[in-house]
Parts: sequence; structure tokens; C-alpha cells
Amino acid sequence: MTPEQQSGSMASAFFALLRRDLLLAFRRRTEMLFPIVFLLVVVSLFPLGIGPSPALLARIAPGVIWIAALLATVISLDGLFRSDFEDGTLEQFVLSGHPLTLISLAKILAHWLVAGLPLVLMSPLLAVWMNLPIESLGVMVLTLALGTPILSLIGSIGVGLTISLKRGGQLLSLLVFPLYVPILIIATAAVMAASDGLPYTAFLGLLVAGLITSVTLAPFAAAAALKISLS
Amino acid sequence: MSHTPFIWAAYSIGTVVLLWCALAPLIHKKAVIRDIRKLSQIEERNRDSHS
Amino acid sequence: MNTNATTMNKDKPRKNWLVMFIHKMGSPPWFYGFSGKLIPWLWAIFAALTIWGLYLGLVKAPADYQQGESFRIMYLHVPSAWMSMLIYTSMAIMGFIALVWRIRIMEILAMSSAPVGAAFTIIALASGSLWGRPTWGTYWVWDARLTSELVLLFLYLGVIGLYNAIDEPRKAARAACLLALVGAVNLPIIHYSVKWWNTLHQGSSISVTGGSNIDPSMLWPLLIMAFAVKFYYGANLLTRARVKLLEQDKRKGWVKKIIKERES
Repeated sequence: MTPEQQSGSMASAFFALLRRDLLLAFRRRTEMLFPIVFLLVVVSLFPLGIGPSPALLARIAPGVIWIAALLATVISLDGLFRSDFEDGTLEQFVLSGHPLTLISLAKILAHWLVAGLPLVLMSPLLAVWMNLPIESLGVMVLTLALGTPILSLIGSIGVGLTISLKRGGQLLSLLVFPLYVPILIIATAAVMAASDGLPYTAFLGLLVAGLITSVTLAPFAAAAALKISLS
Repeated sequence: MSHTPFIWAAYSIGTVVLLWCALAPLIHKKAVIRDIRKLSQIEERNRDSHS
Repeated sequence: MNTNATTMNKDKPRKNWLVMFIHKMGSPPWFYGFSGKLIPWLWAIFAALTIWGLYLGLVKAPADYQQGESFRIMYLHVPSAWMSMLIYTSMAIMGFIALVWRIRIMEILAMSSAPVGAAFTIIALASGSLWGRPTWGTYWVWDARLTSELVLLFLYLGVIGLYNAIDEPRKAARAACLLALVGAVNLPIIHYSVKWWNTLHQGSSISVTGGSNIDPSMLWPLLIMAFAVKFYYGANLLTRARVKLLEQDKRKGWVKKIIKERES
């Protein structure tokens, strides 16, 4: 096989896997809704817990929405490799000879499209609930659009490590939340800066840098983690 | 307010944690050695019954 | 390409020596015997340095003009905080070696580091908050150092939790080593983002480390204590590694021989 042919087959394998995962997710539409409903429920608990004062809600809105997004991502992460691991599909992928890194990247992208993108699309509604100033709404959506893929990418490493455990979900949150700290800090800082009328482009730049770094590194780490779990 | 109780508290917590951290593997080692002895006893008994 | 080849050749003898040492260390009976001889010396040095450092710090050194007597907590807090970072780094480096060259003793050493590092992190957190009560008036302030120590504790707990959750010891060690490595890549980012987050939200004005000009009579005990705890780490690490080695090799001949020799 020439290198060109090989890269062609790699790309086709990537897209075939992506299409398959999206199709599978679409067949289980109600499961797709769980993270979104979870996000809505968590955010709606905050005004109930601390009172409906608009000024207070506006102050804590970026943090609340982002923390809810972190939680929603982690609960959806468990399904990233789970079904493929349990029915042996993952081992078949490894035996197929396609690099596990590529397979992980395709699955992470599918996961983000199914679980991450809906969170981004729902966020304007949450911003209205939490009385977020309208000027910072765009920045809020933008930080989520840049940040949630990072959450899926870093999370995939944790999923790869805990996949062989029966009850890996609880451990998963302990493994990934500390790694999410910088994203939470930068993203909420960007939204707060926008609310205060301060420049925020530098924060978005940091998020872009984080996204590029995690796209290039996380699939390799996830593949290594899966290899350890499959051994 | 005197600061001394806080210094005492900090150093006693430090001592307790470091002592526990140093003793834990020794306690575990005792259990492991007991385990190994049991294992070799079982092996010897098996060998005796076979011969 | 060419320059690469020459540098590789130059490195070769040194690498061979290092590889030889690691391989020798990788032989369990040799490691067990050697570390057994080393541990008492490490404990002795630790004890001597600690007594000296604490004497200088708690008896001889004057109280800080700004922070008063509570500054004496620093002789415990600062070395513990340094150690918590250092042990994480050393755990990640050993984990990297273990994963790349598949050396079992390195897996064991990396995994034995985690509880020691977590212990130092707990001490740093406890002593930091006990220092905070007289200084800030509360036990907990979201100060940059305390916050990143807290995140570090979570990272340690993740490594320990993953290691204990997987039944097969070698698979568990490899998974936890990879997690430690991922954490080590993230740790500088976490550290600097927490620091920056703290200035952004205008946190405490007095940092835990105090002013930049420390009197030499206060600096010496600090450095001696920082040096002493490294020997504690060494001794404790080797003790833990020996127990893990015995446990993993309990069906092997060399372990039975050692146990027999202990009995007689």
C-alpha cells in the first residue's frame, strides 16, 4: 500500500467510524437528551437554592453555567467507549490495524457532536435564566464552543483509564475534575471580563491554544490508556 | 491572641501524618509476610500428602 | 540526520551505564537487599537533620517582626509544600520510565510515591490553614498556594484511587502511571491558572511564603528542614516499594528464601 492510499484509507476509516457513532447515537435519541436535561435541572436549582435576586444571579451566572456544563460532560463521558468496550468492538478496532489514536479522535468528535454541541446550543437559554448581561452572551457561547471540546478530549483519557472497571463513573469524576480547573478558570474569567466591559480576547486566545494542544495530545494519551485497559 | 497553640497544632498534625505514613507500610508488611508463610505451609502440606 | 547520529553515539556509553543500573535495580532480590541496607541510613540522616532544623527554627530563630510566632509554622509548611510538588514530579518521571521501558520496579516506585506525596500535601494544607487562623483570621482562604495544594491533593487521590480500583497490580500501576503523567503535564497549567485566578479576584494580600527578605537565621532552618524531608521520602518510598515487591512476588523463590532466612 502506498502512503497516499494508506492515508486515504485512514481518512475513510475515520469518517466511517464517525458516521457509525452518530447513527448509533441518533437511534437512541432519548439518551441524547439526558445531558441537556441534566444541565437544565442543575442550573435551575441555583436560583432555588440561593434566591432569585437578579444581580446575584448575574454575578454567579458564568460559574454556574460552566460548572453545570462540566457535570453534564462528565456524566455523558462514561458512554464514550463503554458499549464498544463491553461488546468487544473496541478490540476489533485494535485488531483492524487502524491506529487507536485515530479511532479515539473519531469517537471523541462523535461524543462532542452528540453531548457537547447541544450544551453550547442550550447555553443562551441558561444565560437568560441566570440573568447574564446580554453583552456577554456571545462570549459565553463562544467559551462553551471552544471549551466543551477540550472537556471531551481530556475526559477521554479518564474514560480510557477507567473503562475496565465496573463502576468507573464515580472514579472518573475524581480523575478529570482537577484537570478541568484551568479551563473553568479561563472560561469564566472571559465571561466575567465581558460582563464588566473589559477586554476578553486574550482569554479566548488561551482557550484556542488549549483546544489545539488537547487535540494534538489527548487522543494519543486516550489511545495509550485504552491499550492499558485492553491488555 | 497567642499563636503558640496553632504552632503546636500544626507540628502535631505533621508528626501524626508522617508517623502514620511511615508505619502503614510496616503494618502491611507484617500481613504480607503472614500471607507468604501461610502460602508456603499449604505448599509443603500438598507436597507431603503427594509423597 | 547526521548530527543526530553523532549525538546518539556520544550518548551511548552513558545511556548504557544508566540502562545497566536500572536493569540491576530491576532485579527484585538485588533491589530488596540493597534498599534494606540503605533505609536505616536514610532514617538516621532524616532524624539528625530534623532535630537540628527544628532546634534552629523553634528555639534559636527569633519571631518574625510582621507575623510573630506563627511564622514558625513555615518550617513545616514550606518544606511540605515543596515536597508535595517534587514527589508528584518524581512520580511522573518514574511513571514515564515505567511506561516506556516497561520496568516493573519503576512502576512500584512510582506507585509507592503517591501516598507519601499525598501525606505531604495534607500536611501543607493543614499547616497552611493553621497559619491562616492567626494571620488572616480564618482557617481557610482561597489563597493561590492553598488552592493549588488542594487541587494537587485531588490529583494524588485520583492516582491512588485508580491504582486501588484495578485488581491486577501491574495493569493498575500502568494505568495510574499514565494518569500521573497526564496530571504532570497539566500541573504547571493548573498552578499558573490558579495563581492568576487569585490575583484576578484580589485574594489575600499576605502570601503564605511571607516577605521576600527573610532573615538568614530564619532561612537556615527552612533549608535544613527542606533537605531533611527528602530523606524521609527516600526512606519511606523504599520501605513501601519493598513491601509491594514482596506482595507481588509472594509465589516466587527469592521471597520464600528471604522469609525462611528471617525465621532462622
